[in-house]
Amino acid sequence: MTAVSDHDQLAAMAAQANDARANIEFEDDGMTLNIGPQHPATHGTLRIVAKIDGEQVISAEPIAGYMHRGYEKLTEVRTYPQVTTLINRIDWLGSFANEVPFILAAEKLMDVEAPPRAQHIRTILFELSRLANISLFLGDLAIQLGGLSLGFYSFRDREFVLNQIEAVTGGRFHPNFDRIGGLKDDLPKGWIAETKVAMEKMRSFCDEADDLLFGNEIFQKRTRGIGVIPADVAKSYGLSGPNARASGIDWDLRRDNCPPGLAYDKVDWKVWTHPDGDAFARSWIRLQETREATRIVDQLLDTIPSGPIMAKVPRIIKVPEGEAWVATENPLGEMGYYIVSKGDLVPFRVKIRSASFNNVSIVPWVCRGVYVPDVISILASLYFILGDIDR
Amino acid sequence: MTHVLSSIDLAYWQSTLIKLIVAAILVPTTALILGIVFLFKVMSWMQSRKGPQEAGPRGLLQLLADGAKFVQKEDLIPDKADRFVFKTAPLVVLMSTLLLYVVLPASQHLVIEDLDVGIFYALAVSSLSVIGILMAGWASANKYSLMGALRAGGQLIAYELPMVLAVVGVVIQAGTLSLNGIVQAQANGAIFGFSALGNPFILTQFVGFFIFLAAVQAELTQTPFDMPVAESEIVGGYQVEYSGFRFLFFFLAEFATAFVFAGIAATLFLGGYWFPGVDTSSNIYWILGPAVLFTKIMAVAFLIFWVRFTYPRFREDQLQAFAWKWLIPIALVNILATGILKVVF
Amino acid sequence: MATDELREGLLATLRAELGDAVVGSHIRPGDDLWVRVTAEAWLTAGEAVKATLGCTYFDFLSAIDWLPSPFGRDMDSQEDLLVSGAEAKEPPAMTTGYAGGDTRMQVFARVSNLERHYGVTLKVDVADDDPTLPTWVPVYAGANWHEREAWEMYGITFVGHPHLVHMYLPGDFEGNPMRKDFPLLARRVKPWPGIVDVEPMPGGTDDEEDGESE
Repeated sequence: MTAVSDHDQLAAMAAQANDARANIEFEDDGMTLNIGPQHPATHGTLRIVAKIDGEQVISAEPIAGYMHRGYEKLTEVRTYPQVTTLINRIDWLGSFANEVPFILAAEKLMDVEAPPRAQHIRTILFELSRLANISLFLGDLAIQLGGLSLGFYSFRDREFVLNQIEAVTGGRFHPNFDRIGGLKDDLPKGWIAETKVAMEKMRSFCDEADDLLFGNEIFQKRTRGIGVIPADVAKSYGLSGPNARASGIDWDLRRDNCPPGLAYDKVDWKVWTHPDGDAFARSWIRLQETREATRIVDQLLDTIPSGPIMAKVPRIIKVPEGEAWVATENPLGEMGYYIVSKGDLVPFRVKIRSASFNNVSIVPWVCRGVYVPDVISILASLYFILGDIDR
Repeated sequence: MTHVLSSIDLAYWQSTLIKLIVAAILVPTTALILGIVFLFKVMSWMQSRKGPQEAGPRGLLQLLADGAKFVQKEDLIPDKADRFVFKTAPLVVLMSTLLLYVVLPASQHLVIEDLDVGIFYALAVSSLSVIGILMAGWASANKYSLMGALRAGGQLIAYELPMVLAVVGVVIQAGTLSLNGIVQAQANGAIFGFSALGNPFILTQFVGFFIFLAAVQAELTQTPFDMPVAESEIVGGYQVEYSGFRFLFFFLAEFATAFVFAGIAATLFLGGYWFPGVDTSSNIYWILGPAVLFTKIMAVAFLIFWVRFTYPRFREDQLQAFAWKWLIPIALVNILATGILKVVF
Repeated sequence: MATDELREGLLATLRAELGDAVVGSHIRPGDDLWVRVTAEAWLTAGEAVKATLGCTYFDFLSAIDWLPSPFGRDMDSQEDLLVSGAEAKEPPAMTTGYAGGDTRMQVFARVSNLERHYGVTLKVDVADDDPTLPTWVPVYAGANWHEREAWEMYGITFVGHPHLVHMYLPGDFEGNPMRKDFPLLARRVKPWPGIVDVEPMPGGTDDEEDGESE
């Protein structure tokens, strides 16, 4: 079944030799510390093998894969609506956001456009998932650095957003709501007014986070100047989202190259960047983006067009032959799907480009020579979800 | 207490036994009170949540339940651990706490041993806990424990100095090392001739108070100085291999030490058991003394825990820099100023 | 058709730079550009795309196995085979996608120019008998982890990679899971209950769905 060619074997042997050499090199100096896979600081089962000398890190190698579920193989045996159920679970905190690029890519291949109302509501839900995701980041940032209280506030205020998502989609964490050609259902009565209240609560939470965490001198000492990533390194590693914008890269997929199917061109908002590229910049930008997301949602809520919620698509969806790539600005960064279709009920190949995979690949580069507590600061500020790395 | 017991004409060993029993009961009780009030109720309130509700009325017996849980757990000792050192480490820490209770006065006569070098003895004995922590970290045969213990060692030694220097200012002003004497000095003192409120040293030694509290926070390894037990980094630090009743000792020791340090801070800076208007030698202090002291301890402990629940934690080198570059120079200046002002006035 | 001109221009620049190495291309007007290069020129293509086209941002690198699955989609279930009474159907002929292809496996990578908002998908054929490619790590540091994943999932070796070890799978895993002839083990372990593609929606029988506006 598996053809192990000479080259495979040679490569395996070479890899083992490399490993052995690396082990011998580092055996002499420093101690090997495993941060994880069970650890409160990593958002899930990520293992970081750190070789440290006293309190300084010589090398930090992340080992992912503890949560690998084989999504790309699984998508090859599922129909397109079934794939939507699956990919909800990649980034489980901002779960609606995972479905969007996939649906948009399929719509691109099918040459179907969702009606304006559906596009609008899709964008609102997209931003709500961003709020749910990043508000947890802010709380988690505090917890990892020791200031437990903000973590509880973030969970408390996030509930308002999750309640709104649940009111529309029926699911707090795994909505499974996006469909090729529109959305599954329409908005319930009174949803718009309640969502506005939820946005107010999120704004007050952002102010609280600002006061409690960002204004705190200890927090600033723990994050300013830590883990600086210059812009060109960020680009070559494929860092995206707030991580890239913190390094000064003015790039936001909602504004630049926004795929058709989302309503961002109808909204007026600001893209936040920061020149420093350190942990503080990454955290600060996410705080600003949370506030900005509440403003976007407010604007969108005021201007929802009326109309159908679903375009006319056949009951059984066969996507015509072709390849399509769509990437959107997900809460964690740039998430994209490369769909290869053979005109079947089922995709031929779906390549899932997840943001955290690239974001975490920079950890060995960033963590050279930092202190062990700084590794935690850096991981906290880079912000990844294990499901996003491991798929 | 010595006066009372000597009047009842007990043998030395009998009076010592009574004192030991009292101390041994005090420690867990105070830890219990402090733990319940602050750890559960106040912390929950600050974090906008309810806290434990099940054990006892409104969750007030939670710590008893926790204590019972700890006691009935399996006694795990890691395979590679140094067994004797592993077992004695929590006892060393607890012992240093118990020894601190010896000098804390609840009234002029309600003190286990009214030493003339009271505060000196207290500061000296509190340093013994460092040994216990280092023993715990080393004997656990675990890299995380070792890292935590080394961090703790560095931190605790660094923050001993600001604590001592902060106290020196009080001692200069009171003119005595005995804790009872310091309370008397505050009771009999006067603020610019106005003697109704006495002269609690917090008014003149506010710098010292702040430094002392910061040092106490570090000695208790509470956030923002809780690197040794940084939960989200090295998951428990030197305590990580301890479970069951051995962990209970560490837990008890932490809260009991918090109680007694708050007590010492209250005695040094807030007037201890003294209530303004009531002369310190009157008999009402048998009841009033402990009550007043308890209230002041709760106030100081509230400050300690409030800071604990609010601030993120320092990195180890920032922590050391804070102690050596900031607290110690400020404390030295404070001593200088106190000395000069004492002579002048 | 302005974007069409943009991409035609990009393609022309690449052709000028790489010459014969560009063996296939495809443009979806207004949307995207695909370019296929030869395996020998893979590294040069990466450098050209970064330097000449200004695509400094690394999106991803992965591989694709064009062999149609010998298992079909849900014919993994032996029960289905028995029930339908069919022999394993002759799988369809292998076809490749945009920009063509001659081999069973291809590596494709995407890079973007963040300032001018376009991207290029580069494809390269990987020889069946010798699945190796030069590594892109010197050009794009982010390719490190992506190449590890491609190696482990498809068995394509990247020559010169600093640390080609397993990304997700345990160290002693045998085989390359993403290849089409590697069965989906979940379907082997527990038979798929059967072909139920789409259930009728509650209360709906039409092909179309109308939504009520609020």
